[in-house]
Amino acid sequence: MSANVVELENVTHSFSSGHPVLRNVSLEVEHKDFLAVIGPNGGGKTTLLKIVLGLLKPDSGRVRVFGRPPAKARRRMGYVPQDTTFKRDFPIRALDAVLMGRLQGIRPFAGYSRGDREAALERMSMLGIEDLAEKKVGNLSGGQRQRVFIARALATDPDLLLLDEPAGSVDPSNQESFYHLLGELNDRITIVMVTHDIGAVSSYVKTVACLNVGLASHGEGLDHESMAEAYGCPIELLAHGVPHRLLGEKRDLEGGND
Amino acid sequence: MIEALAQYTFLQNAFAAALLGAVAAGVVGTLVSVNRMSSLAGSVAHASFGGLGLAYAASFPHLLGALLFSLVSALGIGVISLRYRERADTAIAAFWAIGMAAGLVLIKLSGGYAVDLMSYLFGSIMAVPGRDLLLMALLDVAVLLFVTGFFRELVAISYDSEFSRVQGIHVGLLFMLFLCVVALTVVMLIRVVGLIMVIAMLTIPPAIARMFVGRMGRMMAASAVIAAVLSVGGLVLAWYTGLQGGPMIILLSGAIYLTAFLVRGESS
Repeated sequence: MSANVVELENVTHSFSSGHPVLRNVSLEVEHKDFLAVIGPNGGGKTTLLKIVLGLLKPDSGRVRVFGRPPAKARRRMGYVPQDTTFKRDFPIRALDAVLMGRLQGIRPFAGYSRGDREAALERMSMLGIEDLAEKKVGNLSGGQRQRVFIARALATDPDLLLLDEPAGSVDPSNQESFYHLLGELNDRITIVMVTHDIGAVSSYVKTVACLNVGLASHGEGLDHESMAEAYGCPIELLAHGVPHRLLGEKRDLEGGND
Repeated sequence: MIEALAQYTFLQNAFAAALLGAVAAGVVGTLVSVNRMSSLAGSVAHASFGGLGLAYAASFPHLLGALLFSLVSALGIGVISLRYRERADTAIAAFWAIGMAAGLVLIKLSGGYAVDLMSYLFGSIMAVPGRDLLLMALLDVAVLLFVTGFFRELVAISYDSEFSRVQGIHVGLLFMLFLCVVALTVVMLIRVVGLIMVIAMLTIPPAIARMFVGRMGRMMAASAVIAAVLSVGGLVLAWYTGLQGGPMIILLSGAIYLTAFLVRGESS
């Protein structure tokens, strides 16, 4: 059995309308990698994460996380969803949101233990937000809320952290410290981060993958510009030899890169 | 009024029903409101009219008929919204109208205009029989057991259902169970305010509570207390004005909500 944390083989997925989101995507994520999946909006990045999490089933292809089907590897995954999906007016304190990371299945009449609370507060102080524990999540700033959701993902004690557009709500002045934090976590945890923001690919990121559907028309003679166009891959990254992978339609890309 | 309360069983029953209804309304209404499911609750309430019609036509207990239809509609909407999220709105509207239509046709077929069924539309809190009080108390116990038993999980799936799934929570199952509890609560509140106004009973107290508290458990408790105060207040008003109980409860609730909103705003 291989030591890869995530393995996707020829994964294809379509919306219920039949519109394809991912086509023949293959991907391997190694232990302690920090992978940034970049690409344009609508390129299938969030779908890719949800397939790894087992929230979506691919139409075809094989998915393994820690060598098992995604649904059986969930205990080892921490998920930080996109901030836009949150209900601002929901009556929940930051601490209670983080405590959600301590849930493991349905356990009737079980409350959160003292250990759960300590773990939640410990993750919060790691992220510098322990003083926000009693605050309502909807009243926090974008960056603070992002840290709450990262603390929640860390409260699950994950071996693999999956983040969807984490920088979206972090204001630019805090981005460096945000990536520094992810870099520190990466000493222990494998990280997969999805973003449409090319600037997010910082020095802490170890590998980059570009993802877009609809590559078929760019089959031959791939130069940097056509790759940039097809995948939304930044030319600077390609040109500077950042470790690099292209996802999708692998057969069309042979000799193209990696 | 105090002497009347000591003297008349129907008045004692009315107050008991108002208080028993308030418990479930506050607790379940909080979950309905944070999940933005008030139109679902309205649909389930109106669909139950079909069940009332069926029970009337086939001569079995009315509340049983109402419960049957409210459960079927709640689960039907639930399945549709889990499978095809974009169809949920259509399902809600369809169950709402079809339930009402079925009820009216069944009443007509069974020979005319059933005056006592009209009481289900607008409530008949001044005529709650003693055995219904026992039933309401049992439903309250069931609702409270459900909500306390699954409190963490209910908060989690309401707030972030995908994260909850990653945490191994069977979201679909819990959601369907919750819909059954909504259906039970709706039928129980039909006694108090009538099926047309159930939606207000489930949404107004949590809307007021939300202005003052920022945590789900407290919002449930506050909503239940607010619902109790509004129900009792509405009954007192009805007694002194000689107007109907259910509508007075709703009018008072609306007035208090508006006042709270103007004083406090949407903040919390």
